[in-house]
Amino acid sequence: MRVSSHSRNLVPQAISNSADPEKPSEGSVELEHVSCRFGSFRAIEDLSLTIRAGEFFSILGPSGCGKTTILRMISGFIDPSAGTIRIGGEDVRGKRANQRPTSLIFQNLALFPLMRVWENVAFGLEMRRVPRSIRRKRAEELLTLVDLVGAEDKMVSQLSGGQRQRVAIARALAVEPSVMLLDEPLSALDLKLRQHMRAELRSIQKRTGVTFIYITHDQSEALAMSDRVAVMNKGRMLQVAPPHEIYHNPSSGFVAKFVGETNVIEGKLVRIADGFGTVESPLGQHRARVSHNVQGESVALYVRPEHVDVSRQRQGDNAIEARLQDVSFEGSFALVKAVTAHGHVFLVATDNNDLQRLPSNTENVYLHFDEQQAFLLQSDREQCIT
Amino acid sequence: MLIILPNIALIESSFRPYLPLNEIDGPRDSYTLANYQRFLSTPVGFDIFGMSIDVPIHLRIFITTVLYSIFVTAIILIIGYPAAYYMTKTISPSNMAIFFIVLTVPMWVSEILRSFAWFTILSFKGPLNALLIEIGVINSEVRWIRGYYGIIIGLVYTYMLFMVFPLYSSMQSLDKNQIEAAQDLGASWWRTHWRVIVPHCKPGIVSGCVMVFMLSAGSLLVPSLLGSPNSLWFTQTIQQLMLEALDWNTGAAYSLLFLSLCTFVVVAMMWAFKVKLSDITN
Repeated sequence: MRVSSHSRNLVPQAISNSADPEKPSEGSVELEHVSCRFGSFRAIEDLSLTIRAGEFFSILGPSGCGKTTILRMISGFIDPSAGTIRIGGEDVRGKRANQRPTSLIFQNLALFPLMRVWENVAFGLEMRRVPRSIRRKRAEELLTLVDLVGAEDKMVSQLSGGQRQRVAIARALAVEPSVMLLDEPLSALDLKLRQHMRAELRSIQKRTGVTFIYITHDQSEALAMSDRVAVMNKGRMLQVAPPHEIYHNPSSGFVAKFVGETNVIEGKLVRIADGFGTVESPLGQHRARVSHNVQGESVALYVRPEHVDVSRQRQGDNAIEARLQDVSFEGSFALVKAVTAHGHVFLVATDNNDLQRLPSNTENVYLHFDEQQAFLLQSDREQCIT
Repeated sequence: MLIILPNIALIESSFRPYLPLNEIDGPRDSYTLANYQRFLSTPVGFDIFGMSIDVPIHLRIFITTVLYSIFVTAIILIIGYPAAYYMTKTISPSNMAIFFIVLTVPMWVSEILRSFAWFTILSFKGPLNALLIEIGVINSEVRWIRGYYGIIIGLVYTYMLFMVFPLYSSMQSLDKNQIEAAQDLGASWWRTHWRVIVPHCKPGIVSGCVMVFMLSAGSLLVPSLLGSPNSLWFTQTIQQLMLEALDWNTGAAYSLLFLSLCTFVVVAMMWAFKVKLSDITN
């Protein structure tokens, strides 16, 4: 995407943001012990969260977990039942949506269909009583920023899905928000466009320096774009960490299973030593990393499919005897399904080149994994009881 | 067929003179524009917008009818818009059915009875005056049925729903996110309405206004029942011509004039407010 020199000074506030150490927190968002109830339904329970200025922050969770509620509380459409929200260090209680320094991009974009593209983009400026000629100029600059030159006078209905997306981004940026809130804006696009827009959003965020809070139920989206990811379920924050941390070192079984594919061995913890634990299960004894606190005996061992190898001979301790069953081709790799004598299913990701060399489904094979790459967590089942 | 034929007969008879029975189809019964010319005869003094000019009496009645009908339409729009907005945004779908019934039950009663009800309510020693005196708003009775007051009150009541329902249906089709998007971008309550909700509801507003205007201007019952001696509605003039003077030919000419002039007013208004015909249909 081209960035002309004049489109850079669209974001003076963002530049001062990073250049001025006196006010480093203009785009920061803090939630302190925030709860939100609708009648007897508890959408959000005692949630605390700090989002740094200039960060691309994703909130990831299954639908109905309360992530949209968080977004609507930050943007000012819902008031929290309890707790404090601060934007740029300032308590925003009592401020309505039209007084907050946030811009929301809606899931369905909510562009104004009766206005032209440039009027859509300049709507926020019109509300701030900026003269028409300046509005038009700024709209053109913003449309340049989102690579949509020449669409100024079109109607929204004449644009494609991806173009509308860009108009929505330009419209939200026009008011120079400190915080951009995005409510699954890519979910309506097809896969290819979605991947393209991911990169685009990320690059716009980098150039403007505005804090992005991105809501999604698509884990690959969250992992690909974010500086940090928060995983939520049932109104609670489960883990807040950078993407690789979330993926390689999840704090709970829910996070491990929600983010990427994973294999699970439920069993009994027999010992912990030097940060490694040993699980005993019907499949045998296996060792894995313990980086989060584990209480009680009932534990689960998680290992990602790409960390499992297949061989004909047993090598080392972390081995499981199984037979290969199905191969599903996933493009750049293949997922092989292996079943143990107990009926336990394992997924193994292999390189496509190795597919020919895989043992046939009549012979017994051994699945191996490195103890460094597997991790032990408290069993989900026990958590459910307590 | 039952609608078109009488209208063709009406058009035909409007061009023929009003003659005694034995002269119909006689030598004097030829096509003429005399009936239409009568509309522009008999000038009387007319005070309008601070000017006093001589205007033919029937034209004067027509102009007053149109002006008061526009006034009634405006009042209904001013009351109906917030009502429709309240219905869309505040009332939950489960309560909506009850609300609709409450709104439409008065429609089950005939227009005559409803107008009579208002006649009773607004009468000099009626319940409205009694109530207002009781709560101390006024000191002595007010003559409500005076000039055009009674007609305006009656018409506003009778035709309110013809505005509320089209407005309601167009407001319901508005995506709630659009309102929130406008607010999120800094729009005040008033500007959200002006820039987002009103443009979206334009078809509903236009069709409601056209309907209310035509119905008000063409109303006969309300002006007859709630009119005062010094209020005149054009439909009453036509009624007098046809049923009292038995001059069906001039009555027919006036009906056609009224219809075409009202249509002209609607078209002129639509042009003035930059509304296209296609806006109403979609």
